[in-house]
Amino acid sequence: MTTRLLKNVPFRYALNAAAAAGLYIVLMILIDTKVLNRYQALMLIPIGFNIILAVSLNLSAGFMGQLPLGHAGFMSVGAYTAALFSMSVNLPTNLELPLALVLGGLAAAVFGVLIGLPALRLKGDYLAILTLGFGEIIRVIILNLKFTGGAYGLRGIGRQTTVTWVYIFVLITLFALSTLIKSRHGRAILSIREDEIAAEASGIPTTYYKVLAFSVSAAFAGVAGGLYAHYLSILDPSSFGFMKSAEILVIVVLGGLGSLFGSVVSATVLTILPELLRGFAEYRMVIYSLLLVAVMIFKPSGLCGRYDFSLGDTLDDFFALLRDKLLKKAIKEAPAEAEGK
Amino acid sequence: MMTLVYLMINGLQIGSIYSLVALGYSMVYGIVKLVNFAHGDIIMVGAYSTWYLMSHFSVPAWIAALASVVICSVLGMLIEKIAYKPLRKSGRLSLLVTAIGVSLLLQNVVQLLFSANPRMFANMFTGTVTVGERQFSNATTVTIAVSIAIMAGLTLLVKKTKIGKAMRTVSEDNETAQLMGINVNNTISFTFALGSGLAAVGAIFYCCSYSQIQPTMGSMLGLKAFVAAVLGGIGSLPGAMTGGLCIGIAESLTKGYISSQLTDAVVFGILIVVLLVKPSGIFGRPQSEKV
Amino acid sequence: MTPVLDISNLGINFGGLQALDDFNIQVRNREIVGLIGPNGAGKTTVFNVLTNVYQPSKGGIRLTGKNILGKSTHEVTRNGIARTFQNIRLFKSLSVLDNVKIGLHNSMTYSLFSAWLRLPSYWKEEAAAAKLGRELLAVFDMEELSDAPAGSLPYGAQRRLEIVRALATNPKVLLLDEPAAGMNPSETAELMRTIHDVRDKFDVAIILIEHDMSLVMGMCERILVLNYGLIIAQGTPDEIKNNPLVIEAYLGQQRGE
Repeated sequence: MTTRLLKNVPFRYALNAAAAAGLYIVLMILIDTKVLNRYQALMLIPIGFNIILAVSLNLSAGFMGQLPLGHAGFMSVGAYTAALFSMSVNLPTNLELPLALVLGGLAAAVFGVLIGLPALRLKGDYLAILTLGFGEIIRVIILNLKFTGGAYGLRGIGRQTTVTWVYIFVLITLFALSTLIKSRHGRAILSIREDEIAAEASGIPTTYYKVLAFSVSAAFAGVAGGLYAHYLSILDPSSFGFMKSAEILVIVVLGGLGSLFGSVVSATVLTILPELLRGFAEYRMVIYSLLLVAVMIFKPSGLCGRYDFSLGDTLDDFFALLRDKLLKKAIKEAPAEAEGK
Repeated sequence: MMTLVYLMINGLQIGSIYSLVALGYSMVYGIVKLVNFAHGDIIMVGAYSTWYLMSHFSVPAWIAALASVVICSVLGMLIEKIAYKPLRKSGRLSLLVTAIGVSLLLQNVVQLLFSANPRMFANMFTGTVTVGERQFSNATTVTIAVSIAIMAGLTLLVKKTKIGKAMRTVSEDNETAQLMGINVNNTISFTFALGSGLAAVGAIFYCCSYSQIQPTMGSMLGLKAFVAAVLGGIGSLPGAMTGGLCIGIAESLTKGYISSQLTDAVVFGILIVVLLVKPSGIFGRPQSEKV
Repeated sequence: MTPVLDISNLGINFGGLQALDDFNIQVRNREIVGLIGPNGAGKTTVFNVLTNVYQPSKGGIRLTGKNILGKSTHEVTRNGIARTFQNIRLFKSLSVLDNVKIGLHNSMTYSLFSAWLRLPSYWKEEAAAAKLGRELLAVFDMEELSDAPAGSLPYGAQRRLEIVRALATNPKVLLLDEPAAGMNPSETAELMRTIHDVRDKFDVAIILIEHDMSLVMGMCERILVLNYGLIIAQGTPDEIKNNPLVIEAYLGQQRGE
């Protein structure tokens, strides 16, 4: 039996907040002192929106157990909405960007509900294919609309995405998803993955929760899309095809379906890895896909399985370990002292 | 009126290619309950191997075609043995993700070998046939004729032969089939080989009419063929054939009367309507979970 | 006194096969009713139709006078019919306590935003749910298993957990589908005591499907016998034991040989 030192809830929140702030300060110092060069600092942005994309997909794929293949579609809705908004208004950057992102997220959430309502009546492969179909339709529609710039895309979007904004939105996403999962609503979503019929029989309105999880997932994909748009400053409809959805899926599966921590690690590694492998740029996707197949064969649950990181628990475990070690040492020494007497 | 006939014949041509590919999806789904995302990329491999044999070794077209059918069959079998078989027991989601992985792998290996640039594919069936005021290339007529022959042959194979019966039994109930003394592994391998071979045939016909090949060509073609399989009722062979023809004709009519840019949207629109109205497709049987 | 559950003329048709027909029963509060019959007689179908897993083709279902026919499964549960499954359906990779908390879902009312912002209503209701969940588990001597994954429990404990989860939805009628399946006689005897306790503590009516005649005869106040989707007899255990129709339904084939 180990007593938990850090059970106090406010303390845990304070701990997490301090850790988040600490990591931010470290990153800023690294950037300021040029330990991270300009290019590396800029890499933090794609890492950030890939984290958001991955954890949001994980909500429906990992926690709800329904595999959607149209995540890039939601991302594109958010990207275009946010870009069109920021291009048509002229507000101070620090107001314009968050507004654009929230709008992008909302628009994607609306699409999530519209697509989720019919799509979530289906299960498994059929659901996957249907969302894939919707994703492709979104892309074709964007390609054919006037105000989205058609095949030419949108250009001249303000480069407003900064490391700070990405960091803030990554934190918001992680906070929102982990608090959602650890609530009655989250348990309802988990129960759908475990056994849908038993969930209904336990009084869970499964359709409602499927659409809810799906649109929350879409909303954050939309936010990531907005960050993406204001990072690249160009939007091209062809970059939101099935391949993009598949790429996000790879991140989630490698990290572990049902592990937010896994998605964060996996998104970070898989964004940096190609840069490290720049010399082998053409091998990048080959390595990616081999990795995906290999992980599925040898560790189908992904690298982290369903493990989720909790700073408080980890520290607790560490202290418990430390205490056990010290106690053992004390016990070993005690008899020696007794004999000495 | 003539336009309509012309569009219908073009639709039948592309439709028979979809049918050939859809048959592969349908057979594989029937037997291992997997949407084989790599199937579309087998088409691409078929196209590249034919092109490579013809352009680098000056092999006669018909030998190149036969060889690529064999290559694809072997490839299909290998993929199943290496990537899917170890996962047969570990759930459909893992299988689906693996299939996506294999699809990405095939695309990128081919891209690595032959670059992402499109290559020109020489039409094997030159010459034209004139119907009324319109001309059709021989590729069109050969595609339609050969596809019909292949589908008839396939139907006979599945209905009459021993291996065909084994396939149907395994689709029905894997475990019972095993108890009846059917070699399930061999049957599954055969199904993958057969489906992949059909995909190669489809690939050759496709290239003869569209003349350009590139590593990503399989994705869209495969997806549309998959839509065809779902429309007909996935797991059903007549369904895959009918579905393929319907999608081909719908696409051709959209191109002719509405806009060629909207064909993809129409095809996926059909998919969505089918899935929502009758997910089991035209020929499929509805499934329900036992409680 | 109005019956807690009033089923009239219920029937369902599966593609031409009449799986259930003319099913009538009034269940009083705190009554324990047994549903027996040969395999394939339509017993589980009764549960599936009652909980709207399958939609009945005709008939009426009233729960404490309120019509619940055609309500979706989760609404039926919310209105007060909870069930267990013949082949245990737990949320296997979730903890035992979480399984029970999912049953308590509708006893909590805090919104999505309370969950996101961790408002006081979240903390209050979650704490209450955890307490209630542990109390329910304690009734079944399962409190110390709270944190174990449900799928790791031994078979008997899984069956009990299913009952706890059903009770967590605060039902008026509890449907038990073969609760003693796979249990040995001493476990079955234990289960019988538990079911009696449940009825007394939670004030529910219980309908149970069971093949173990010692359990059915030993604890049901009334027994319904189904064969080919029809009620062929009903009455007290003694009446059923001596009913020639029942004996024929169960033994008919043997006599013919």
